[in-house]
Amino acid sequence: MTTLDQPALGEPGGYAPEPDLGTPPVASQADATVTIDGRQVTVPAGTSVMRAAAVAGIDVPKLCATDSLKAFGSCRMCLVEVDGARGTPASCTTPCADGMVVSTQTEQVQRLRRNVMELYLSDHPADCQGCARGSCEMQAMAVTVGAVEARYGNGRDHLAESSYDASNPYFDYDPAACIVCSRCVRACGEVQGTFALTVEGRGFDSRITPGGTDFLSSECVSCGACVQACPTSALQEKSLIELGMPTRVVDTTCAYCGVGCSFRAEVQGTGEDTQVVRMMPAKTGGANEGHSCVKGRFAYGYTNHPDRQLHPMVRDSIDDEWRVVSWEEAVAKAADGFSAIQRDHGVGAIGGISSSRCTNEEVYVVQKMVRAAFGNNNVDTCARVCHSPTGYGLNQTFGTSAGTQDFKSVEQADVVLLIGANPTDAHPVFASRLKRRLRQGAQIVVADPRRIDLVHGPHVEAAAHLPVLPGSNVAFVNAMAHTVVTEGLHDEAFLRERCENVDSYLAFIARPENSPEATEEVTGIPAEQLRAAARLYAEAPNAAIYYGLGVTEHSQGSTMVMGMANLAMITGNIGREGVGVNPLRGQNNVQGSCDMGSFPHELPGYRHISRPEVRAIYEDLWGRTLDPEPGLRIPNMFDSALAGTFRGLYVQGEDIAQSDPNTQHVEAALRSMDLVVVQDLFLNETARFAHVFLPGTSFLEKDGTFTNAERRINRVRPALPPRQGKDEWQITCDIAAAMGFPMPYAGAHEIMDEIAATTPTFAGVSFARLDAEGSMQWPVTDAAPHGTPTMHVGEFVRGKGNLVETVYVPTTERTNRRFPLVLTTGRILSQYNVGAQTRRTANQTWHPEDILEIHPADAHVRGISTGDLVELSSRVGSTTLRAEVSERMPAGVVYTTFHHPVTGANVVTTENSDWATNCPEYKVTAVEVGVANARGLTDAEAAARDEREPAGRS
Amino acid sequence: MSTPTSTPASPEAGPDRSALVRAVAEHHRDQRGPLLPVLHEVLAEFGYVDAADVPVIADVLNLSAAEVHGVVSFYHDVRTTPPPTHVVALCRAEACQAVGAESLYAAAQERAASGEMGDTEVQQVFCLGNCALGPSGTVDGRLLGRLDAARLTELTAGWR
Repeated sequence: MTTLDQPALGEPGGYAPEPDLGTPPVASQADATVTIDGRQVTVPAGTSVMRAAAVAGIDVPKLCATDSLKAFGSCRMCLVEVDGARGTPASCTTPCADGMVVSTQTEQVQRLRRNVMELYLSDHPADCQGCARGSCEMQAMAVTVGAVEARYGNGRDHLAESSYDASNPYFDYDPAACIVCSRCVRACGEVQGTFALTVEGRGFDSRITPGGTDFLSSECVSCGACVQACPTSALQEKSLIELGMPTRVVDTTCAYCGVGCSFRAEVQGTGEDTQVVRMMPAKTGGANEGHSCVKGRFAYGYTNHPDRQLHPMVRDSIDDEWRVVSWEEAVAKAADGFSAIQRDHGVGAIGGISSSRCTNEEVYVVQKMVRAAFGNNNVDTCARVCHSPTGYGLNQTFGTSAGTQDFKSVEQADVVLLIGANPTDAHPVFASRLKRRLRQGAQIVVADPRRIDLVHGPHVEAAAHLPVLPGSNVAFVNAMAHTVVTEGLHDEAFLRERCENVDSYLAFIARPENSPEATEEVTGIPAEQLRAAARLYAEAPNAAIYYGLGVTEHSQGSTMVMGMANLAMITGNIGREGVGVNPLRGQNNVQGSCDMGSFPHELPGYRHISRPEVRAIYEDLWGRTLDPEPGLRIPNMFDSALAGTFRGLYVQGEDIAQSDPNTQHVEAALRSMDLVVVQDLFLNETARFAHVFLPGTSFLEKDGTFTNAERRINRVRPALPPRQGKDEWQITCDIAAAMGFPMPYAGAHEIMDEIAATTPTFAGVSFARLDAEGSMQWPVTDAAPHGTPTMHVGEFVRGKGNLVETVYVPTTERTNRRFPLVLTTGRILSQYNVGAQTRRTANQTWHPEDILEIHPADAHVRGISTGDLVELSSRVGSTTLRAEVSERMPAGVVYTTFHHPVTGANVVTTENSDWATNCPEYKVTAVEVGVANARGLTDAEAAARDEREPAGRS
Repeated sequence: MSTPTSTPASPEAGPDRSALVRAVAEHHRDQRGPLLPVLHEVLAEFGYVDAADVPVIADVLNLSAAEVHGVVSFYHDVRTTPPPTHVVALCRAEACQAVGAESLYAAAQERAASGEMGDTEVQQVFCLGNCALGPSGTVDGRLLGRLDAARLTELTAGWR
């Protein structure tokens, strides 16, 4: 794709689909030079004639070929003639050989193509909607090949009697328009890896079907790859059917998970009248390379939802009604209120929370406002509750708070160790890449309490599933490292050359208490199974670790991150493609919000606030003296609020009342404050306790950058102006200015310029360079002007890799007779986090409520059946939800999602947290489950029993 | 998108059948190209592949249900409904057509439609390799040559 001249990203101009070179690129050392229609072109040997022709600027007609799929050779439209060869081979399946001379437009092939096209048209409806709309590739191709005759009769459309399938909320299937080219079937398999589509029947009766049922009840995950691949209007977005063709394209970045997919927002109209017709994944996107999931592709309707707030509002007390006011009044109320609190209760009595959903620029100005205008360091971010241990752990061991690889790296991995992550639901586009690699023969070891889809499924079979019990991760990773070291499988040369604390670590890990046999009881993993997995990981040419919140959201989250870093270092799996330690970040910009100095102890670029030379950079630029002491973390803010010393909070785009642990505690803290300012799209749960509400912008209205889990800085470009009339960074700047600290910027690009000027790892970043390069992975420096896909090559960022002794300390959250089960939490494909966005889209079709998964044995003894309403209670609270009896769960562990405020799963989670970063221990809560309204013991009886419980909470 | 954790069994296919189908699939799972041998064995056991068998086979063989459905729907001989009591298959290929297969086929269909053959399905096949002795056919799996309407009536007499 890079060989084609493409218009600069974001350049306005009419609508055109992305260029399609027909077949995928070929990686080859050797080149082949061929002559096509008189033009010479040099391509990697093995490249198809079709692709070579496209590179040379010659479009060979095609129907069944597209460059995201392997050549298929079924449509017979791309026939060419090759000098010295007999017949008319299909150019998609014919590889280029050096010196080949090809003609794509001889009279013979033109005649053949016309005839083939006539045959297609003879079985295509004469009144095809797609042809009329202009969305049909076949229609365009018919014009190209000049099929004007209709010698085979017109429109005997034998698929017309098949029923139109409108069951999927986002796209329709119209068999009448289908030409059975199998592009959809292949896209579902090759690109998405779900294999939900097939060709039913044979011969003339062949038709595409999602397995003999309708789309909604099939295995389809609604990723949209088939719709994207369809060359007719047989599979078509409902939005396109309703609105018609787009008129322009805005290149931007998805605002859901940390994969950070690049999208083309295909829109109609300009200015405030802009309407999004559809979101198409961009093939030029570094993270997704043309693929998408149901959220990014389809679930953008929340941006227009009636619940969306478009006016600033204030109220004097949280019991009053909201009053719509002007921006000026709302900003003044916030600024005056914060100033008053500081006058009466001290500089440290207020603070701010930045959002991992907002852009780098929006986050940067929040921390700048807190540090310079508020004059303290009471700034934190929602990454506190998800990946703060990643930042801490990887910084301690490698010297940088981020993953080591790009996503593409997984294409080189031979063994993947997946820990505490469920990518097919939470990071679907990465999961598709991973599954493709598994189909090529790589192996996967899944360490997760649940039997997730990557353990067993279509064309996926894990080499091992290690159902590690919640809370025992560190014991597990130590046992892995113990096996590697004591069986002599470690990389001695790598350790001696690249790492420090080698001898003390090796002595520590070899201790018998770290052996798989000794840890078997706490981890629940049979020793021999764990040893086999460790050997597989250690002996692979390239072994990579991928992990998620199942690692971080524990009392030993940071220790576990360091334990995985140790495992990678002792096996030398760092510093090249196909290896590494890779967090799968939860939110679109959780990496960026951490990079931007959102933590109370760190300025942008992870530089500690106590370092005078770093503070000096900002003090000189901002003209304010910065406090050298770290400020309050989110949990400390709540505690201080209840103690009366913290009284004002600015919350940017995070629903702390729903997403933070122990909801009752959070609500009490919020209720006790004098001024809570919430900036969000919706009146969320936190806004119930707010005095000022500032409406935010959706990603379709933002101008800025998101940084994904692979450190890739992607541009977010506005498809339409802010619907509430103000950029979000401008709101923050207005509050700061009203408090006497002007932060003037002409645009978001100037904020990035300030970030680049003050942060070494971002030195080479600017909107102009991002627009030119598409995206860049930090560090972007003079030494790496195009960014750094793989980190720690040759040398760790901190110099020597630091092996840390990771002692296993069990969590204090234990099960006992009263709370005998362990609750762990996770995400599901169609929903996203607290659901603020996805619950306001048709994604509700798939997951309208949170479900509690429970093992059949645990369900049986409690008399629970699938569909029963059950009460889930822990030491801190209880909630009610529906149960599903599931063999995915190990006995003793129950699981739920946390997408719906009605359920409020965090009502039951405790205040336990990571020792280093306070990241909450969401993944381990001792609970009991019972059929609702049949609880058995009363609270008092149970409490009395619990007092006698020897293994009570310490 | 939903990932059912247990397969809902259709009325005809009880839990016993599901367990048996699983055992059949597991027996073949490690061989190369296991799907057709599995389908053959399920057909031998039950006479047809039930819709509820598809996800079970898919699960064991690491395939999607759609993939298994695609293969099942491709082969005429992979039945998806319970087989009738009797099957009469008549050759309609060229050699047999030349010696009267078409009128035989029409007569057989008429007789089946009249109910005089009981629960019988008349199928068409294209060549049984018995061209010298056409019209050919099979009656409940037994290959027969020189068939005509009278002989067919005789063979199927008493089928009710």
